[in-house]
Parts: sequence; structure tokens; C-alpha cells
Amino acid sequence: MVPQNEFIQRDRGQHPPGFTPEYKTSVLRSPRLSLWSLQNSLSEVTGPVYGHEELGPLDHDLILNYAKSGEPIGERTIVHGRVLDENGRGVPNALVEVWQANAGGRYRHKNDTYIAPIDPNFGGCGRAITDQDGRYAFRTIKPGAYPFRNYVNSWRPAHIHFSLSGSGFAQRLITQMYFEGDPLIAKDSILATIPDPAARLRLVALLDLNAAVPLDSLAYRFDIVLRGTRSTVFENKLHGN
Amino acid sequence: MIPKLDYLSETPSQTAGPYVHIGLIPHQAGFDIFEKPFGHVMAGPDTKGERIRIEGRVLDGLGQPCRDIMLEAWQANAAGRYNHPADRQTDKDPDPTFRGWGRTGTDFGTGLYHFETIKPGPVIGRRGYKPMAPHINLWLVARGINIGLNTRMYFDDETALNDADPVLRMIEPAVRRETLLARRELRDGAVVYVFDIRLQGEPETVFFDV
Repeated sequence: MVPQNEFIQRDRGQHPPGFTPEYKTSVLRSPRLSLWSLQNSLSEVTGPVYGHEELGPLDHDLILNYAKSGEPIGERTIVHGRVLDENGRGVPNALVEVWQANAGGRYRHKNDTYIAPIDPNFGGCGRAITDQDGRYAFRTIKPGAYPFRNYVNSWRPAHIHFSLSGSGFAQRLITQMYFEGDPLIAKDSILATIPDPAARLRLVALLDLNAAVPLDSLAYRFDIVLRGTRSTVFENKLHGN
Repeated sequence: MIPKLDYLSETPSQTAGPYVHIGLIPHQAGFDIFEKPFGHVMAGPDTKGERIRIEGRVLDGLGQPCRDIMLEAWQANAAGRYNHPADRQTDKDPDPTFRGWGRTGTDFGTGLYHFETIKPGPVIGRRGYKPMAPHINLWLVARGINIGLNTRMYFDDETALNDADPVLRMIEPAVRRETLLARRELRDGAVVYVFDIRLQGEPETVFFDV
């Protein structure tokens, strides 16, 4: 059956291409042949469903969800926003997962050998499910910048990784959020993989003082847009397979 | 100046990076944090269907295994129905014990990934009368992958259904269809489907723009 909720074709011009020599690791990991364009079937418009009850009460609070002997070091920060679709509607029940370095720029990960220390009270990951209006919120500490092996002197701006699962598997998206005002943003080889400078700016979260908690936490706002569904009011004879 | 339509643009993708495990499969990063983590075991004890293991490697342009890939699998149940409200194939029974989804990482040492699941049934195709052969939808992200890659895994023992599959039939040249076939093996009585994914180079796996 032609799915009634098939997605609008993805605008690849908003995204980085696979092959981006300025980000060297992409050279051997990007397909050389064209992607096959596939009209949506049930396999693309459906996707995993998650229940709010699957998450623990602290899963979205990175200040407390790995606290052992105290709270993590760093700038207490709220990151919040809405998950919308391309039609401007909030996406309810989307799974939002985040991960990040600690305040010194070190990840709690076997393969991270950066000189900055692990924070014993910081895991660096969280997850939330959006409410009926598509809203989500995390509390965390602001991550630090860190060096990575690309050029000899390559540094990542402070960033939080975001993973989004909407209602359909074809909406699946991973991206990174940056912080307004960070001078490393303009120097970053990863952000520069996105060809359109205006599209890059949409990954920069803005300081949201109105959402800050006075004497407690700063706040940044980051809205995310997932693919929207196409209107199927008029459908004529279908062509091809 | 011509006004713009009020559609929003999809948020641009960025690489999942080398530490994707922290956020999505923290146990592989080296710690446990959530009471109910997501993982690679997709079928429960009461799930209907043939138990299978899917196993493989993800190879780069030099044919070397990538040891830091995160994969997700999305599939129908044994009757060929997705556990999702948009699937209205009412002639097929739902299986509430089976979400149909899992995630895993290629091993830091061996480069192998695996899922424990059940073999899906055929799902109705886009036009409503041609079924799609049993398949598992896969999505890959990692360091060096700027936007997630979508592919499908089909089963090499479903020859008749594969030959009629509307998606496989579309792929030209036909020799590329073979990159989507997993090889059935028996290992100590257990069914294993081996599915290597080649990101680049001969024979490059077919990836889809869905």
C-alpha cells in the first residue's frame, strides 16, 4: 500500500556530503557510488516506538544521573527546545539521546586518551522522550573544547551530540549542537562539512536567559527539525514498481 | 522579492564521532548508567519466529574492518507486520513481545557486529499487491560518516521472494543486488546470517536515499 504518511524527499543540500576531505576520516568511509533513491514503503514510514516508562527519572539529568561522591564540575546548563517536523508541527514521543565530553573536554570512553581528567561524577549521556508538543529538556554541565587528530592543531568547539528518533525510521538523525559565541565554531572542520553556512548556523544553540534558573543554571535553546510527511490528498495512477 | 513558503528545513546531520557509544550503547564505552539500556537482543523469550543471529563486519575503502560503527536494525515481525500504528496490514497478527528494533556496535577488537533476532516475514510493498521479500532495514553511523547510511539486508535462502522483490528488482546493474544478500550458515545448530557491509570500493554495498 502507498503509505499515507510518507516523508518529503530529503534535501541533501542541507546536509554534509559523504566525502569531505577537510574531515579526513570521511575519505575512506564514504560511498563512491550514488545512493539509490527509494520511494517510501512501510519499511521507511514505520519505526520503533518508545514508551515514557522505559526511561528512568534521572535519565535526562546529566548532573545527577552518574553522580557518585558529589556533583560534576562545570557550568550548570539547561539545554531545551522542541522537536518539530518540516511542516512546523511538534513531534511527540520522539526519543532524544545526548552525549558529550565533561567540562575539561574528556569523554568517559575507553578510546579517549586526552590528557584532561575523567570527572568521577559525570557519565556524559542522557535521554528523554518529547512531550505532546515536541518539547524536551536536559540538565547538564557545559562540555569543554578538546583537540582531535585531523590537522596537527585541530580543536572541536564545545558541543553536545544529539540522536533523534521520530515516528519513522527514515527520520533517523544524528547531529551536534554548538554554543552561541564560541570562537572555535568558525574553525571547526566537522561543522565545515556542511556546505551551506546558513545551515551550519542552525546547529548553534542560543543563550536563553529567560529559561535560566536564577542563581543556579544557565540555559540554551536548541530546536530540531525532522523530516515532515507529504500531503497525499490527491493521488493519481502510480508509475513504475 | 518572492515570499518563501513556510516549510522548515531539516536539521543538518553531523558525524556521530568516535564516542557515539557513550550516548547510544554506553556499556561498550565502558560503563553502565541506565536501568533499561537499549541493545542488540531484539527478540524476547515469547517472540514468535525463527531465532537467528545476524553477524558481519563493516569494511572501509581499503577493505579494512571499521571497529567503531554503530548500527541499528528495524524489521517486521515473523508474520511480516511492523510494530507501529502506520502498519495497517490487518491480515497479519501483531506480536507485542517484539519491538522490531535494536542497536549495536562493531567490536573494538574483532570488528564484528551482531544482532539476536527473529527472521521477519514478507511485508506488503508500496503498490499494495507485490510483497517485499523478508528484509531488515539497517542504519549506520560512525566517525567519518557525515550522514547516516541506510541499507537493507535480505536473506539468501529466499530466492523466489528476492527475485520478485520490488526494491531489489529496481537496482541496476543487477550484480549490485548481491551486496544486499546475507549468507545463511548453521553454527552448532544455530542459524547465523552473515552480512558484511562495504562502505566503499568493490563491491560497494547499495545504500538508499529513503
